[in-house]
Amino acid sequence: MKQFLAALAFFAALLGAWEYTARHGEVSAVLLPAPSAVWQYIVGAAKDGTLAEATLVTMKRLFLGYAVGIGIGIPLGMLLARFKFLHNTVGTLALGLQTLPSVCWVPLALLWYGQTEKAMLFIVVMGTVWAVILATEHGIRQIPPLYREAAATMGSRGFHLWFRVLAPASLPHIVSGTKQGWAFAWRSLMAAEIYITILSGMGIGHLLHYGRELHAMDQVVGLMLVIIVIGFLADKIIFSPWERFLHRLWGLLNS
Amino acid sequence: MSLASELEAPPPAKIRLAGVSKIFTTNRGTVQALDDINLEIGDGEFVCFVGPSGCGKSTLLRIVAALERSFTGTAEVNGKMITEPGRDRTVMFQEHALFPWLDVLGNVMFGLKLKPALTNKDRLEVARYYLKLVGLDGFEHANIHELSGGMKQRVALARALAPNPRVLLMDEPFASLDAMTREQLYGDLQKIHAARKKTILFVTHNVREAVCLGDRVLLFSPRPGRIRKEFKIELPRPREFNDVAMASLAAEITGELKTILAPAL
Repeated sequence: MKQFLAALAFFAALLGAWEYTARHGEVSAVLLPAPSAVWQYIVGAAKDGTLAEATLVTMKRLFLGYAVGIGIGIPLGMLLARFKFLHNTVGTLALGLQTLPSVCWVPLALLWYGQTEKAMLFIVVMGTVWAVILATEHGIRQIPPLYREAAATMGSRGFHLWFRVLAPASLPHIVSGTKQGWAFAWRSLMAAEIYITILSGMGIGHLLHYGRELHAMDQVVGLMLVIIVIGFLADKIIFSPWERFLHRLWGLLNS
Repeated sequence: MSLASELEAPPPAKIRLAGVSKIFTTNRGTVQALDDINLEIGDGEFVCFVGPSGCGKSTLLRIVAALERSFTGTAEVNGKMITEPGRDRTVMFQEHALFPWLDVLGNVMFGLKLKPALTNKDRLEVARYYLKLVGLDGFEHANIHELSGGMKQRVALARALAPNPRVLLMDEPFASLDAMTREQLYGDLQKIHAARKKTILFVTHNVREAVCLGDRVLLFSPRPGRIRKEFKIELPRPREFNDVAMASLAAEITGELKTILAPAL
Protein backbone atom coordinates (compact mmCIF):
# COMPACT_ATOMS: atom_id res chain seq x y z
CA MET A 1 0.00 0.00 0.00
CA LYS A 2 2.79 2.37 0.94
CA GLN A 3 4.59 1.49 -2.28
CA PHE A 4 1.43 2.09 -4.27
CA LEU A 5 0.96 5.50 -2.68
CA ALA A 6 4.56 6.41 -3.42
CA ALA A 7 4.11 5.44 -7.07
CA LEU A 8 0.86 7.40 -7.22
CA ALA A 9 2.51 10.48 -5.75
CA PHE A 10 5.36 10.17 -8.24
CA PHE A 11 3.06 10.09 -11.26
CA ALA A 12 0.87 12.88 -9.89
CA ALA A 13 3.96 15.05 -9.42
CA LEU A 14 5.14 14.21 -12.91
CA LEU A 15 1.80 15.17 -14.44
CA GLY A 16 1.62 18.33 -12.34
CA ALA A 17 5.08 19.44 -13.41
CA TRP A 18 4.26 18.68 -17.01
CA GLU A 19 0.97 20.62 -16.91
CA TYR A 20 2.64 23.56 -15.18
CA THR A 21 5.51 23.75 -17.67
CA ALA A 22 3.14 23.51 -20.62
CA ARG A 23 0.96 26.34 -19.29
CA HIS A 24 3.40 28.77 -17.77
CA GLY A 25 6.71 27.80 -19.31
CA GLU A 26 8.39 29.29 -22.33
CA VAL A 27 7.62 26.18 -24.38
CA SER A 28 5.26 26.40 -27.33
CA ALA A 29 2.17 24.18 -27.18
CA VAL A 30 3.23 22.72 -30.52
CA LEU A 31 6.31 21.30 -28.90
CA LEU A 32 4.87 20.32 -25.55
CA PRO A 33 1.12 19.82 -25.30
CA ALA A 34 -0.34 19.97 -21.81
CA PRO A 35 -1.54 16.66 -20.33
CA SER A 36 -5.06 18.11 -20.30
CA ALA A 37 -4.85 18.68 -24.08
CA VAL A 38 -3.55 15.13 -24.57
CA TRP A 39 -6.38 13.79 -22.48
CA GLN A 40 -8.88 15.79 -24.52
CA TYR A 41 -7.50 14.26 -27.70
CA ILE A 42 -7.74 10.75 -26.29
CA VAL A 43 -11.33 11.29 -25.13
CA GLY A 44 -12.28 12.83 -28.47
CA ALA A 45 -10.69 10.06 -30.50
CA ALA A 46 -12.30 7.47 -28.29
CA LYS A 47 -15.71 9.10 -28.72
CA ASP A 48 -15.64 9.47 -32.49
CA GLY A 49 -14.37 5.94 -32.93
CA THR A 50 -11.03 6.64 -34.61
CA LEU A 51 -9.12 5.16 -31.71
CA ALA A 52 -11.12 1.96 -31.57
CA GLU A 53 -10.91 1.52 -35.33
CA ALA A 54 -7.16 2.12 -35.44
CA THR A 55 -6.59 -0.19 -32.48
CA LEU A 56 -8.59 -2.92 -34.17
CA VAL A 57 -6.63 -2.57 -37.42
CA THR A 58 -3.32 -2.60 -35.56
CA MET A 59 -4.27 -5.55 -33.37
CA LYS A 60 -5.33 -7.60 -36.38
CA ARG A 61 -1.95 -7.01 -37.99
CA LEU A 62 -0.14 -7.69 -34.77
CA PHE A 63 -1.88 -10.98 -34.04
CA LEU A 64 -1.50 -12.22 -37.59
CA GLY A 65 2.20 -11.33 -37.73
CA TYR A 66 2.83 -12.67 -34.26
CA ALA A 67 0.98 -15.93 -34.99
CA VAL A 68 3.02 -16.47 -38.15
CA GLY A 69 6.24 -15.62 -36.30
CA ILE A 70 5.47 -18.05 -33.47
CA GLY A 71 4.13 -20.68 -35.87
CA ILE A 72 7.38 -20.69 -37.80
CA GLY A 73 9.70 -19.89 -34.92
CA ILE A 74 8.82 -22.59 -32.39
CA PRO A 75 8.98 -25.63 -34.73
CA LEU A 76 12.10 -24.27 -36.41
CA GLY A 77 13.70 -23.69 -33.02
CA MET A 78 12.96 -27.31 -32.09
CA LEU A 79 14.52 -28.53 -35.32
CA LEU A 80 17.59 -26.39 -34.66
CA ALA A 81 17.97 -27.98 -31.24
CA ARG A 82 17.67 -31.44 -32.79
CA PHE A 83 19.92 -31.11 -35.85
CA LYS A 84 23.45 -29.84 -35.49
CA PHE A 85 23.52 -28.98 -39.18
CA LEU A 86 20.53 -26.64 -38.88
CA HIS A 87 22.00 -25.12 -35.74
CA ASN A 88 25.20 -24.28 -37.59
CA THR A 89 23.44 -22.87 -40.64
CA VAL A 90 19.99 -21.48 -39.86
CA GLY A 91 21.06 -20.80 -36.28
CA THR A 92 23.87 -18.54 -37.38
CA LEU A 93 21.53 -16.78 -39.79
CA ALA A 94 18.98 -16.25 -37.01
CA LEU A 95 21.65 -14.91 -34.70
CA GLY A 96 22.72 -12.40 -37.33
CA LEU A 97 19.25 -11.30 -38.37
CA GLN A 98 18.06 -11.00 -34.78
CA THR A 99 20.50 -8.13 -34.27
CA LEU A 100 18.98 -6.24 -37.22
CA PRO A 101 16.42 -3.68 -36.00
CA SER A 102 13.19 -4.55 -37.75
CA VAL A 103 12.75 -1.03 -39.14
CA CYS A 104 15.69 -1.87 -41.42
CA TRP A 105 13.42 -4.29 -43.28
CA VAL A 106 11.13 -1.44 -44.34
CA PRO A 107 12.91 -0.39 -47.56
CA LEU A 108 13.12 -3.99 -48.74
CA ALA A 109 9.51 -4.71 -47.80
CA LEU A 110 8.35 -1.64 -49.72
CA LEU A 111 10.29 -2.67 -52.81
CA TRP A 112 9.08 -6.26 -52.72
CA TYR A 113 5.47 -5.85 -51.69
CA GLY A 114 4.67 -2.17 -52.25
CA GLN A 115 2.34 -0.33 -49.89
CA THR A 116 0.36 -3.41 -48.92
CA GLU A 117 -0.61 -5.48 -45.91
CA LYS A 118 1.94 -8.04 -47.06
CA ALA A 119 4.72 -5.56 -46.48
CA MET A 120 3.46 -4.99 -42.93
CA LEU A 121 3.20 -8.69 -42.27
CA PHE A 122 6.69 -9.26 -43.64
CA ILE A 123 8.20 -6.68 -41.30
CA VAL A 124 6.42 -8.01 -38.24
CA VAL A 125 7.38 -11.61 -39.02
CA MET A 126 11.00 -10.64 -39.64
CA GLY A 127 10.98 -8.75 -36.36
CA THR A 128 9.56 -11.70 -34.42
CA VAL A 129 10.68 -14.98 -35.87
CA TRP A 130 14.43 -14.92 -35.17
CA ALA A 131 14.03 -14.16 -31.50
CA VAL A 132 11.47 -16.95 -31.14
CA ILE A 133 13.67 -19.46 -32.98
CA LEU A 134 16.64 -18.69 -30.77
CA ALA A 135 14.64 -18.73 -27.54
CA THR A 136 13.05 -22.09 -28.40
CA GLU A 137 16.35 -23.66 -29.32
CA HIS A 138 17.97 -22.29 -26.19
CA GLY A 139 15.04 -23.61 -24.14
CA ILE A 140 15.43 -27.13 -25.43
CA ARG A 141 19.18 -27.10 -24.97
CA GLN A 142 18.69 -26.00 -21.37
CA ILE A 143 16.70 -29.12 -20.48
CA PRO A 144 18.64 -31.19 -17.96
CA PRO A 145 19.85 -34.38 -19.73
CA LEU A 146 18.49 -36.21 -16.70
CA TYR A 147 14.87 -35.67 -17.87
CA ARG A 148 15.65 -37.23 -21.20
CA GLU A 149 17.40 -40.18 -19.54
CA ALA A 150 14.67 -40.74 -16.96
CA ALA A 151 12.06 -40.68 -19.74
CA ALA A 152 14.11 -43.07 -21.88
CA THR A 153 14.35 -45.64 -19.07
CA MET A 154 10.56 -45.59 -18.87
CA GLY A 155 10.31 -46.33 -22.57
CA SER A 156 9.75 -42.85 -24.00
CA ARG A 157 11.12 -42.46 -27.53
CA GLY A 158 10.77 -40.35 -30.66
CA PHE A 159 7.58 -38.33 -30.82
CA HIS A 160 6.56 -39.24 -27.31
CA LEU A 161 9.89 -37.97 -25.99
CA TRP A 162 9.54 -34.73 -27.96
CA PHE A 163 5.98 -33.90 -27.13
CA ARG A 164 5.63 -35.32 -23.63
CA VAL A 165 9.07 -34.50 -22.26
CA LEU A 166 11.15 -32.05 -24.24
CA ALA A 167 8.33 -29.68 -25.19
CA PRO A 168 6.88 -29.34 -21.67
CA ALA A 169 10.36 -29.25 -20.13
CA SER A 170 11.29 -26.27 -22.29
CA LEU A 171 8.00 -24.48 -21.63
CA PRO A 172 9.47 -21.84 -19.28
CA HIS A 173 11.99 -20.86 -21.93
CA ILE A 174 9.43 -20.99 -24.72
CA VAL A 175 7.09 -18.72 -22.77
CA SER A 176 9.83 -16.19 -22.13
CA GLY A 177 10.82 -16.49 -25.80
CA THR A 178 7.30 -15.87 -27.06
CA LYS A 179 7.03 -12.93 -24.66
CA GLN A 180 10.19 -11.49 -26.12
CA GLY A 181 8.78 -12.23 -29.59
CA TRP A 182 5.65 -10.29 -28.68
CA ALA A 183 7.70 -7.26 -27.69
CA PHE A 184 9.62 -7.47 -30.96
CA ALA A 185 6.43 -7.86 -33.00
CA TRP A 186 4.86 -4.83 -31.33
CA ARG A 187 7.91 -2.65 -31.99
CA SER A 188 8.19 -3.87 -35.58
CA LEU A 189 4.56 -3.14 -36.32
CA MET A 190 4.80 0.40 -35.01
CA ALA A 191 7.85 0.97 -37.22
CA ALA A 192 6.00 -0.52 -40.19
CA GLU A 193 2.90 1.58 -39.63
CA ILE A 194 4.86 4.78 -39.25
CA TYR A 195 6.90 4.17 -42.39
CA ILE A 196 4.43 2.51 -44.70
CA THR A 197 1.45 4.58 -45.81
CA ILE A 198 -1.30 2.22 -46.81
CA LEU A 199 -4.92 2.50 -47.73
CA SER A 200 -6.21 -0.79 -46.38
CA GLY A 201 -6.56 0.43 -42.82
CA MET A 202 -5.31 3.21 -40.57
CA GLY A 203 -3.47 1.75 -37.60
CA ILE A 204 -2.26 3.49 -34.47
CA GLY A 205 1.14 4.02 -36.09
CA HIS A 206 -0.51 5.81 -38.99
CA LEU A 207 -2.44 8.10 -36.67
CA LEU A 208 0.82 8.88 -34.93
CA HIS A 209 2.47 9.65 -38.24
CA TYR A 210 -0.35 11.96 -39.36
CA GLY A 211 -0.29 13.66 -36.00
CA ARG A 212 3.28 14.60 -36.71
CA GLU A 213 2.48 15.84 -40.21
CA LEU A 214 -0.32 18.02 -38.85
CA HIS A 215 1.87 19.24 -35.97
CA ALA A 216 -0.79 17.92 -33.61
CA MET A 217 1.45 17.04 -30.72
CA ASP A 218 -1.50 16.34 -28.44
CA GLN A 219 -2.39 13.55 -30.87
CA VAL A 220 1.18 12.27 -31.04
CA VAL A 221 1.65 12.17 -27.29
CA GLY A 222 -1.84 10.76 -26.77
CA LEU A 223 -1.12 7.89 -29.12
CA MET A 224 2.21 7.23 -27.49
CA LEU A 225 0.32 6.74 -24.26
CA VAL A 226 -2.14 4.41 -25.99
CA ILE A 227 0.77 2.37 -27.34
CA ILE A 228 2.27 2.08 -23.88
CA VAL A 229 -1.05 1.01 -22.39
CA ILE A 230 -1.60 -1.67 -25.05
CA GLY A 231 1.87 -3.08 -24.49
CA PHE A 232 1.31 -3.12 -20.76
CA LEU A 233 -2.12 -4.77 -20.99
CA ALA A 234 -0.85 -7.42 -23.39
CA ASP A 235 1.81 -8.34 -20.90
CA LYS A 236 -0.71 -8.57 -18.06
CA ILE A 237 -3.46 -10.34 -20.01
CA ILE A 238 -1.50 -12.75 -22.19
CA PHE A 239 1.70 -13.50 -20.37
CA SER A 240 1.05 -13.06 -16.67
CA PRO A 241 -1.35 -16.05 -16.49
CA TRP A 242 1.25 -18.23 -18.20
CA GLU A 243 3.93 -17.09 -15.84
CA ARG A 244 1.73 -17.72 -12.83
CA PHE A 245 0.90 -21.18 -14.17
CA LEU A 246 4.58 -22.03 -14.61
CA HIS A 247 5.38 -20.66 -11.22
CA ARG A 248 2.74 -22.87 -9.65
CA LEU A 249 4.15 -26.00 -11.30
CA TRP A 250 7.86 -25.34 -11.25
CA GLY A 251 8.11 -23.25 -8.11
CA LEU A 252 10.74 -20.58 -8.32
CA LEU A 253 12.35 -20.99 -11.70
CA ASN A 254 16.10 -21.49 -11.86
CA SER A 255 16.31 -22.45 -8.23
CA MET B 1 -1.74 -57.97 -19.57
CA SER B 2 -4.22 -57.69 -16.75
CA LEU B 3 -4.13 -55.59 -13.65
CA ALA B 4 -3.46 -58.62 -11.52
CA SER B 5 -0.44 -59.63 -13.54
CA GLU B 6 0.70 -56.03 -13.47
CA LEU B 7 0.81 -56.02 -9.71
CA GLU B 8 2.32 -59.49 -9.50
CA ALA B 9 6.05 -59.71 -9.05
CA PRO B 10 7.61 -59.95 -12.51
CA PRO B 11 9.94 -62.81 -13.32
CA PRO B 12 13.12 -61.45 -11.75
CA ALA B 13 16.07 -61.06 -14.02
CA LYS B 14 19.54 -62.43 -14.09
CA ILE B 15 22.23 -60.01 -15.20
CA ARG B 16 25.47 -61.12 -16.78
CA LEU B 17 28.36 -58.80 -17.51
CA ALA B 18 31.39 -60.27 -19.25
CA GLY B 19 34.61 -58.47 -20.10
CA VAL B 20 32.96 -55.06 -19.84
CA SER B 21 35.40 -52.19 -20.38
CA LYS B 22 34.74 -48.55 -20.91
CA ILE B 23 37.12 -45.77 -21.88
CA PHE B 24 36.14 -42.12 -21.69
CA THR B 25 37.96 -39.83 -24.06
CA THR B 26 38.20 -36.24 -22.94
CA ASN B 27 40.30 -33.50 -24.49
CA ARG B 28 42.85 -34.04 -21.75
CA GLY B 29 43.28 -37.69 -22.63
CA THR B 30 41.62 -41.00 -21.97
CA VAL B 31 40.32 -42.44 -18.72
CA GLN B 32 39.76 -46.12 -18.23
CA ALA B 33 36.45 -45.99 -16.37
CA LEU B 34 35.93 -49.75 -16.31
CA ASP B 35 38.41 -52.51 -16.93
CA ASP B 36 37.29 -56.04 -17.71
CA ILE B 37 34.30 -56.36 -15.40
CA ASN B 38 32.93 -59.88 -15.04
CA LEU B 39 29.86 -60.21 -12.92
CA GLU B 40 26.80 -62.38 -12.54
CA ILE B 41 23.82 -61.16 -10.60
CA GLY B 42 21.14 -63.62 -9.62
CA ASP B 43 17.36 -63.47 -9.70
CA GLY B 44 16.03 -61.00 -7.17
CA GLU B 45 19.45 -60.32 -5.76
CA PHE B 46 20.22 -56.98 -4.10
CA VAL B 47 23.76 -56.00 -5.07
CA CYS B 48 25.55 -52.88 -3.89
CA PHE B 49 28.46 -51.26 -5.72
CA VAL B 50 30.75 -49.40 -3.35
CA GLY B 51 33.80 -47.35 -4.12
CA PRO B 52 35.25 -43.85 -4.22
CA SER B 53 34.21 -41.38 -6.90
CA GLY B 54 35.59 -42.15 -10.31
CA CYS B 55 35.73 -45.93 -9.79
CA GLY B 56 33.21 -46.55 -12.57
CA LYS B 57 30.40 -47.91 -10.37
CA SER B 58 27.87 -45.45 -11.79
CA THR B 59 29.11 -46.09 -15.30
CA LEU B 60 28.49 -49.80 -14.85
CA LEU B 61 24.95 -49.06 -13.69
CA ARG B 62 24.42 -46.83 -16.71
CA ILE B 63 25.61 -49.63 -18.98
CA VAL B 64 22.96 -51.94 -17.55
CA ALA B 65 20.39 -49.15 -18.03
CA ALA B 66 21.69 -48.72 -21.60
CA LEU B 67 22.14 -45.01 -20.94
CA GLU B 68 25.79 -45.68 -21.75
CA ARG B 69 26.01 -47.57 -24.99
CA SER B 70 29.60 -47.34 -26.18
CA PHE B 71 31.58 -49.95 -24.30
CA THR B 72 33.29 -53.22 -25.06
CA GLY B 73 32.23 -56.60 -23.69
CA THR B 74 28.87 -58.23 -23.14
CA ALA B 75 25.96 -57.03 -21.04
CA GLU B 76 22.91 -59.30 -20.87
CA VAL B 77 19.67 -59.56 -18.96
CA ASN B 78 18.29 -63.11 -18.94
CA GLY B 79 20.52 -64.04 -21.85
CA LYS B 80 19.40 -61.12 -23.98
CA MET B 81 21.84 -58.42 -24.99
CA ILE B 82 21.13 -55.01 -23.51
CA THR B 83 20.69 -52.66 -26.47
CA GLU B 84 18.46 -49.81 -25.37
CA PRO B 85 16.83 -48.34 -22.25
CA GLY B 86 13.55 -49.97 -21.32
CA ARG B 87 10.86 -50.35 -18.72
CA ASP B 88 12.26 -53.72 -17.65
CA ARG B 89 15.22 -51.81 -16.13
CA THR B 90 14.07 -48.57 -14.54
CA VAL B 91 16.47 -46.16 -12.90
CA MET B 92 16.35 -44.05 -9.79
CA PHE B 93 18.87 -41.23 -9.94
CA GLN B 94 20.73 -39.33 -7.27
CA GLU B 95 18.72 -36.24 -8.18
CA HIS B 96 15.04 -37.04 -8.24
CA ALA B 97 14.65 -36.31 -11.99
CA LEU B 98 10.91 -35.88 -11.51
CA PHE B 99 9.08 -33.90 -14.17
CA PRO B 100 7.95 -30.54 -12.76
CA TRP B 101 5.17 -30.14 -15.36
CA LEU B 102 3.40 -33.20 -13.95
CA ASP B 103 2.03 -33.61 -10.44
CA VAL B 104 2.96 -36.55 -8.22
CA LEU B 105 0.40 -38.88 -9.79
CA GLY B 106 1.34 -37.74 -13.31
CA ASN B 107 4.95 -38.62 -12.64
CA VAL B 108 4.11 -42.10 -11.37
CA MET B 109 1.76 -42.60 -14.34
CA PHE B 110 4.42 -41.56 -16.88
CA GLY B 111 5.85 -45.04 -17.48
CA LEU B 112 2.43 -46.68 -17.13
CA LYS B 113 0.99 -44.56 -19.91
CA LEU B 114 3.53 -46.11 -22.23
CA LYS B 115 2.13 -49.56 -21.57
CA PRO B 116 -0.58 -49.89 -24.21
CA ALA B 117 -2.16 -53.01 -22.73
CA LEU B 118 -3.40 -51.20 -19.63
CA THR B 119 -6.61 -49.21 -19.38
CA ASN B 120 -6.54 -45.83 -17.71
CA LYS B 121 -8.39 -47.27 -14.76
CA ASP B 122 -5.71 -49.93 -14.34
CA ARG B 123 -2.98 -47.32 -14.59
CA LEU B 124 -4.57 -45.21 -11.90
CA GLU B 125 -4.94 -48.21 -9.64
CA VAL B 126 -1.32 -49.30 -10.15
CA ALA B 127 -0.04 -45.76 -9.56
CA ARG B 128 -2.06 -45.48 -6.36
CA TYR B 129 -0.79 -48.85 -5.18
CA TYR B 130 2.82 -47.70 -5.49
CA LEU B 131 2.19 -44.29 -3.97
CA LYS B 132 0.75 -46.09 -1.00
CA LEU B 133 3.70 -48.47 -0.95
CA VAL B 134 6.13 -45.56 -0.61
CA GLY B 135 3.85 -43.88 1.94
CA LEU B 136 2.63 -41.00 -0.18
CA ASP B 137 -1.09 -41.64 -0.54
CA GLY B 138 -2.84 -38.30 -0.19
CA PHE B 139 -0.13 -36.44 -2.10
CA GLU B 140 -1.34 -37.41 -5.56
CA HIS B 141 -1.97 -33.90 -6.77
CA ALA B 142 0.91 -32.13 -5.09
CA ASN B 143 3.34 -30.31 -7.32
CA ILE B 144 6.89 -31.56 -7.26
CA HIS B 145 8.49 -28.38 -5.94
CA GLU B 146 6.20 -28.49 -2.90
CA LEU B 147 7.69 -31.77 -1.68
CA SER B 148 10.62 -32.25 0.66
CA GLY B 149 13.78 -33.97 -0.61
CA GLY B 150 12.80 -37.27 0.99
CA MET B 151 9.29 -37.16 -0.46
CA LYS B 152 10.68 -36.40 -3.91
CA GLN B 153 12.87 -39.51 -3.72
CA ARG B 154 9.86 -41.54 -2.62
CA VAL B 155 7.94 -40.34 -5.66
CA ALA B 156 10.96 -41.20 -7.81
CA LEU B 157 10.98 -44.68 -6.26
CA ALA B 158 7.26 -45.12 -6.94
CA ARG B 159 7.76 -43.91 -10.50
CA ALA B 160 10.60 -46.37 -11.04
CA LEU B 161 8.59 -49.24 -9.56
CA ALA B 162 5.28 -48.53 -11.29
CA PRO B 163 6.06 -50.03 -14.72
CA ASN B 164 6.87 -53.25 -12.83
CA PRO B 165 10.50 -53.55 -13.95
CA ARG B 166 12.49 -56.71 -13.51
CA VAL B 167 15.55 -54.76 -12.52
CA LEU B 168 15.71 -51.62 -10.42
CA LEU B 169 18.86 -49.56 -10.89
CA MET B 170 19.61 -47.08 -8.13
CA ASP B 171 22.39 -44.54 -8.51
CA GLU B 172 23.17 -43.07 -5.08
CA PRO B 173 19.48 -42.35 -4.61
CA PHE B 174 19.70 -41.32 -0.97
CA ALA B 175 22.98 -39.41 -1.06
CA SER B 176 21.42 -35.97 -0.85
CA LEU B 177 18.96 -36.77 1.93
CA ASP B 178 19.28 -36.13 5.66
CA ALA B 179 20.19 -39.05 7.92
CA MET B 180 16.72 -39.52 9.44
CA THR B 181 14.93 -39.67 6.11
CA ARG B 182 17.60 -42.00 4.78
CA GLU B 183 17.21 -44.50 7.62
CA GLN B 184 13.48 -44.54 7.07
CA LEU B 185 14.00 -45.23 3.38
CA TYR B 186 16.40 -48.11 4.12
CA GLY B 187 13.57 -49.82 5.94
CA ASP B 188 11.07 -49.05 3.19
CA LEU B 189 13.36 -50.22 0.43
CA GLN B 190 14.00 -53.54 2.19
CA LYS B 191 10.26 -54.02 2.58
CA ILE B 192 9.69 -53.27 -1.08
CA HIS B 193 12.48 -55.59 -2.12
CA ALA B 194 10.95 -58.37 -0.07
CA ALA B 195 7.45 -57.69 -1.42
CA ARG B 196 8.27 -57.06 -5.08
CA LYS B 197 11.18 -59.49 -5.63
CA LYS B 198 13.17 -57.20 -7.89
CA THR B 199 16.76 -57.55 -8.87
CA ILE B 200 18.34 -54.37 -7.51
CA LEU B 201 21.67 -52.77 -8.34
CA PHE B 202 22.49 -50.05 -5.88
CA VAL B 203 25.41 -47.65 -6.24
CA THR B 204 26.72 -45.88 -3.16
CA HIS B 205 29.92 -44.66 -1.57
CA ASN B 206 28.54 -45.36 1.88
CA VAL B 207 29.73 -48.79 3.08
CA ARG B 208 27.26 -48.94 5.95
CA GLU B 209 24.38 -48.24 3.60
CA ALA B 210 25.59 -51.02 1.31
CA VAL B 211 25.87 -53.52 4.17
CA CYS B 212 22.43 -52.55 5.44
CA LEU B 213 20.77 -53.10 2.09
CA GLY B 214 22.75 -55.59 0.02
CA ASP B 215 22.82 -59.34 -0.29
CA ARG B 216 26.21 -58.78 -1.79
CA VAL B 217 28.59 -55.82 -1.64
CA LEU B 218 31.16 -55.27 -4.36
CA LEU B 219 34.17 -53.05 -3.73
CA PHE B 220 35.43 -51.03 -6.66
CA SER B 221 38.77 -49.27 -7.05
CA PRO B 222 39.41 -46.44 -9.49
CA ARG B 223 41.79 -45.84 -12.42
CA PRO B 224 41.10 -48.29 -13.95
CA GLY B 225 37.67 -49.14 -12.50
CA ARG B 226 37.77 -52.73 -11.26
CA ILE B 227 35.88 -54.93 -8.85
CA ARG B 228 38.44 -55.68 -6.16
CA LYS B 229 36.55 -57.69 -3.63
CA GLU B 230 33.12 -58.96 -2.84
CA PHE B 231 31.31 -59.69 0.39
CA LYS B 232 28.23 -61.77 0.93
CA ILE B 233 26.12 -60.18 3.62
CA GLU B 234 24.35 -62.93 5.53
CA LEU B 235 22.77 -60.83 8.25
CA PRO B 236 19.06 -61.47 8.81
CA ARG B 237 16.50 -59.06 7.33
CA PRO B 238 15.03 -56.60 7.86
CA ARG B 239 18.26 -54.97 8.90
CA GLU B 240 18.41 -52.03 11.21
CA PHE B 241 20.88 -49.30 10.19
CA ASN B 242 22.14 -48.89 13.76
CA ASP B 243 22.47 -52.62 14.42
CA VAL B 244 25.77 -53.48 16.14
CA ALA B 245 26.60 -56.60 14.10
CA MET B 246 25.99 -54.66 10.94
CA ALA B 247 28.09 -51.73 12.06
CA SER B 248 31.04 -53.96 12.88
CA LEU B 249 30.78 -55.74 9.51
CA ALA B 250 30.67 -52.36 7.82
CA ALA B 251 33.76 -51.26 9.73
CA GLU B 252 35.55 -54.41 8.61
CA ILE B 253 34.66 -53.77 4.97
CA THR B 254 35.64 -50.12 5.24
CA GLY B 255 39.05 -51.23 6.52
CA GLU B 256 39.33 -53.56 3.56
CA LEU B 257 38.42 -50.74 1.21
CA LYS B 258 41.12 -48.56 2.74
CA THR B 259 43.84 -51.15 2.18
CA ILE B 260 42.69 -51.60 -1.40
CA LEU B 261 42.77 -47.88 -1.97
CA ALA B 262 45.99 -47.20 -0.06
CA PRO B 263 48.34 -47.62 -3.03
CA ALA B 264 46.13 -45.41 -5.15
CA LEU B 265 45.99 -42.59 -2.62
